[in-house]
Amino acid sequence: MNQEMKKIIEQKINSSKVFLFMKGTPEDPQCGFSAQVVQILDDLGIEFGSFDILSDESIRQGIKEYSNWPTIPQLYINGKFIGGCDIVRELAASGELMELIRK
Amino acid sequence: MLNRIKQKLEAAFPGAKVQIADTSAGHVTHNSAGAHLAVLIIYKGFAGKSLVEQHQLVYAALKEEMKEQVHALKIKTRTE
Repeated sequence: MNQEMKKIIEQKINSSKVFLFMKGTPEDPQCGFSAQVVQILDDLGIEFGSFDILSDESIRQGIKEYSNWPTIPQLYINGKFIGGCDIVRELAASGELMELIRK
Repeated sequence: MLNRIKQKLEAAFPGAKVQIADTSAGHVTHNSAGAHLAVLIIYKGFAGKSLVEQHQLVYAALKEEMKEQVHALKIKTRTE
């Protein structure tokens, strides 16, 4: 991955304590899995930044390489990759998601 | 395709129990191509690894399939 892309991605991830790469926007998700993560974050009252990967093909590919994770959505907390939809759901159910955010 | 994916997972995680289901029918309105699959993998080797690491291993085993044929993979991992 080139340095330029890495920098662009890290700028986004670090722009907010909780950051979501998703398909569509929180108001208008374009995929059921992205919608589920938005719903979970909203339900817990968690504020987050987001980026619509459908709007930029190079970032869409770049983020998959960055996290070594082939699917979207991808959630980051404190700059660290947390997981996709299944993991976010499991962490929310166990309470660990809120613990990560309180750190 | 399901059989081939099951075989790949069993090869990647020796001794693991692998269950796989095609859940595409539940996503007929979805606007992108590729199957929706759900896998359950019970593998002792997952012990001590974080959820992200476990799921990354599953994705790595299916690297080729994830490029095109599979749109979404619902992963459930357990150690026993």
